[in-house]
Formats: sequence, C-alpha cells, structure tokens
Amino acid sequence: MSEPSPDEKAYWLDNPKNVAKVFWSVVGTCVILFVADAFYHKHVELEAESWFGFYGIYGFVACVALVLAAKELRKILMRGEDYYDR
Amino acid sequence: MIADLPPGLILILGAFLVPLLRGWTRNIYMVALPIVGLASVLAIPDGNHFAFRLFDYGLVPVRVDSLSTVFGIIFHVAAILSVIYAFHIRDTVQQTAGLVYAGAAIGGVFAGDLITLFIYWELTAIASVFLIWASRTERSYRSGMRYLVIQVGSGVLLFAGALVHYAETGSILFDKMGLNGTGTVLIFIAFGIKCAFPLLHNWLQDSYPEATITGTVFLSAFTTKLAVYALARGFPGTEMLIWIGALMTAFPIFYAVIENDLRRVLAYSLNNQLGFMVVGIGIGTELALNGTAAHAFSHILYKALLFMSMGAVLLRAGTIKGSELGGLYKSMPWTTGFCIVGAASISAFPLFSGFISKSLILSAAAHEGHWITWGILLFASAGVFHHSGIKIPYFAFFAHDSGIRCREAPWNMLLAMGVTAALCIGIGVWPQPLYGLLPYTVDFTPYTTTHVITQLQLLMFSALAFGFLMRTGLYPPEVKSTNIDFDVVYRKLLPWLWNRLIIEFCGGIWAGILGSSRRRIERFIERLYRHHGPYGILARTWPTGSTVLWVGVMLGGLLLIYYL
Repeated sequence: MSEPSPDEKAYWLDNPKNVAKVFWSVVGTCVILFVADAFYHKHVELEAESWFGFYGIYGFVACVALVLAAKELRKILMRGEDYYDR
Repeated sequence: MIADLPPGLILILGAFLVPLLRGWTRNIYMVALPIVGLASVLAIPDGNHFAFRLFDYGLVPVRVDSLSTVFGIIFHVAAILSVIYAFHIRDTVQQTAGLVYAGAAIGGVFAGDLITLFIYWELTAIASVFLIWASRTERSYRSGMRYLVIQVGSGVLLFAGALVHYAETGSILFDKMGLNGTGTVLIFIAFGIKCAFPLLHNWLQDSYPEATITGTVFLSAFTTKLAVYALARGFPGTEMLIWIGALMTAFPIFYAVIENDLRRVLAYSLNNQLGFMVVGIGIGTELALNGTAAHAFSHILYKALLFMSMGAVLLRAGTIKGSELGGLYKSMPWTTGFCIVGAASISAFPLFSGFISKSLILSAAAHEGHWITWGILLFASAGVFHHSGIKIPYFAFFAHDSGIRCREAPWNMLLAMGVTAALCIGIGVWPQPLYGLLPYTVDFTPYTTTHVITQLQLLMFSALAFGFLMRTGLYPPEVKSTNIDFDVVYRKLLPWLWNRLIIEFCGGIWAGILGSSRRRIERFIERLYRHHGPYGILARTWPTGSTVLWVGVMLGGLLLIYYL
C-alpha cells in the first residue's frame, strides 16, 4: 500500500465530465427501456405487471424510499464504532 | 476404494493429513480432496446407503436423491474454489478446519436420518468457529464465542426435537415433516437459527466479518445453505415460511445501505438472499422448490465471489471500511472486474447467474397469487442491486479516490475469482445444465422478452435512483459507525439487566442479611455491656458491711432450715 505518485496517469473516470456522461447514459438507457414497453406483448401473471413502465417506476420508487428510510433509521440505530467494546 | 466412503467423510478424514504436508504438496492435496469428493458424489447411485441399526434407531447415514445431489455438488465446488483462494495461507488450523467444515456440511446434506444430521450439524459449528478465531484478535474471539453458543444451541434444539419427534412418530428418518407436534417445532427453530431467520439472524452479521479473509469465503457457502437444504427437505410448503422469507428479504437491506464495513454489508445481503430461498420453500410447488435449489446454487458462487473480492481488498488495502476506501480500480483492475461480475450476478442481470435462478422464485410467487410477497420480493430485488450491485463495487473501487495505491490481489485469489466469475456468467448464459440438476423437471424459460425487459427496467431505474441520490447529495455518506441490530439484546441489554439484577436484587438481599446480623451482634454486645459493663449489675462494687450482712442472713437461713 502506498500513496499515488505525482506523475500517475489520469484515468478516464478522474474527469467529472465523464462521470456525468455515465450518469446521463443511464438516464438514456432508462428512457429507452421505459418506451420499450410499447413495443412488445407483456406476458404477465399479475395485473400490476401489465401497467405501462411498472417495473421501472417500482424500481426507482423502491430504491429512493429504501435509501431515505435507511437514512432516517440511522438516527435511531447508529452508534460509535466502539459501541460494543465499551 | 476411497470413493466408497460416505460423501463428506472424504474431506473430514482427509483434512487430518493436512498438518503432515508442507508447501505445494499441501495445496495440491487440499484441492484434490474436494475434487475426489465431487467425483464420488457424481458416481454414487440414488437411494439409501450404509443403513444400520443403533439401539432402537434405524439410521441412514447416506441418502442420495436429486435434492441432496444438487447441494452436494455445489458444496464441493465451493470447497474447491475456497481452497484455491486460500493457497497463499500457511495456517494449519484454518486449513484443517476449512476442510472439516466443508465435509461436515456435505455430510449433512446427504444425511438420511435426524441423528446423523445432528452430528454433522454440530460438526459444522465446531469446525467453522476456528475460521473466526483464526483472526486471532480479541474481537474475533468474542464474536466466535457468541457464534459457537448460538450454533451449538441450534444443534441441541435439533437433537431434542429429533428425540421428541421419535417419541411422537416412531421415526427418526429425515423426510418431509411439516409443522405438527412439539418435536417438529423444535427442529424448525433449530433450522431457523442456522438459516438466520429474523431475530435469530445476528450471529451471521456478527461473526462473518470478524473471520479471516479466506475463512469468510468458506463460511459464506456452507452453514446457511445447509439450513436452507434442511428446510427444503423437512418443511416444504409450510406457509409460515413465505412470510418469514419475505421479511428476511426486506429488512436486512436497510441495514446494508447504512453499514460501513463492506464485508458486513455482504453478510446482510446474504441474509436477504436466504429470504428468497425460504420463500421458495414456503410456496412449496415444484417451480418454487426448483427455484430454491437453483438460487442456492448460483448464490453460493456469486456470494463467494463478492466475499473473495472484498477479501482481496482487505488484504491489499488493509481495511474494508467504505468510509476509507475508494478509487481502488486503479490498483486492482482484475479484482474490480470480478467484483462487478459478482455484483451483476447477485442483482440478477440477464446473462448472469442470479437472473436464471431468482426468476423461478418470483414467477412461482406470482403464479400462486402471493402478490404481497411478490411485491416485497421485487422491492428486495431492487434493493439488493442497490446495496450489493452498486454500493459494494462503488465504494470500494470507485467513489472518491482515497489515495490508496496497492498491489493487485495474489494470483491464486485472482484464479479463484476468475473461475467463480466464469461459472457465474456460464450459468447465466447457459442455464440448462443447472436446470438439469434440479429436483423436478424444469418447464421454465428465463429468457423471454418480457422477463429480460422488465428485469432491465427494474435494475436500470434502481441505478438511476442511485445516481439521482448521489448527484443531489441525498445519499447517506459512509461513516464509521456501529448500527445496533437485534443482537443489542444479548450483547448489551441482557448483560446490563444481569448486572442490575446482581447489584440491585442480590445486593439488596446481602445488605439485608448483613444489616440484620449486625443488629443482632449489636444487641448481644449491648446485653453483655448491661450486665458486665462498668455500670453492669455484675460489675458493681459492693461495701464489705453489706456482704457480712448477707453472709449473716445466709447462715441464719441455713440454721433455720437445719433446725426445722
């Protein structure tokens, strides 16, 4: 294990502009996948599945809710790193 | 012939030769043992073997059928990969314990009766604790003790349940039991402890991150999946398991999001994955049970791969805390790549192993009309991508550059990770061989347009949510912390209560005894003082005249009596 050397080569992801490119390509993929629902026949077991873009919306809402809820839970659950060693 | 030994015993007995070997011969021998074991499992015909009677019990040490074989195969594969991953280790205790542990788990899945199962059940507990203690720290020692108490306790419950079950039914065979009678309830709880049911789960998150780098890879494969197998064998179609499993998929992911120790994040996500398997057992249809077996198979591989990659990070960077890592893709590109394969597999991306196994369970839940369960599983699927699929690789290898520059993982770790990653992709691309191993005939096509697109929608929108939360700064940062879970009950609350009990209750009694005896002694001394003290009646000085008077009275009295 060592420190980075000053003449280390710059990586593609070191540039914040490229990180933004990654994010916007995810956005683009999501748009394509969302629209794709119009172009095939969904074979479904449950009614909810047949709603347009159901899986995408469900995934997005589930993740945002998960993270925000977990963040609130920290207020109750979080203790110092040495909590059990004291 | 060595292959005629019962499965599992090859590894258990073979492990005791490990201390006699040195260097490369030891490594080759250690990897040869599970390979021979695997060959013997593939060769052994279906049916009961080595059956004999012990007292009144008809024991069946080996029962081979499709359910035990699929677990037997993946346990051997996991043992081979874990041994390769640990080639650089020169620690006889860990190496012997790892093989005995794997052998015990293999023996357990082939056990045809509850007594044999109990013996292997306890052996997995005792052998595996050495993988935790081998860290040789105070923390790992304490954690291992808690682990051992809970695991052995589970075995004791299993044994008690087996005896009660025998008394109730007259059978000691390990077959489908269902929840009827005290015996089966005890056995169910024993399985539930090892399977990390909600509230019985904390031994997992407590101990796995404290084990050695290579030990955790072993641990991740066997104990909990032995329990999944046992549940699938004994309690398929038990409806309660649907709810237990659904709860298991959901609550650990909240902890996984806020946990800083990345190996502990994986332990929470392991718990969540077990939930999917438990739901499959609860539904109990052929499709669902196939799903459980297939998911256990692919899960063992990708979970081992994720633990391997985090182990490599811990080895090279010296820490596994998300708050201190970042930017390691520059130093460890291969490990990064393998970790991403594991992450894609656990997230069930199409063409990776999780996709072809988890979809069986979700389809079974939807097909049987368990729509609430299905909704929870879908939520958990999005969540698992969030914390295992994105969080693990992101905070270890990307995020902000921590400035840590280290060497790539050793070649043997890369080899183990490479083979495991290849298997994850292989199973995902070509699921038929795995489907062929499953207990029932598979009538399921994972790669339909609907499955692929809906799954990609779920995952990509979850990724979008992560990006959104990151860019808006809503995502909680990684901070050094401990998050209290249910184990706070036995690690803090009960010890505190016990201390209060000792101090308040016992202290009160002691003070009472002490006080009353002191009072009694004081009273005694007081009485003594009253009679014998300086002013006591017996200590008074009397004038001589009065003594003479009293002598006269006495003599007069005597004379009078004599005269009469």
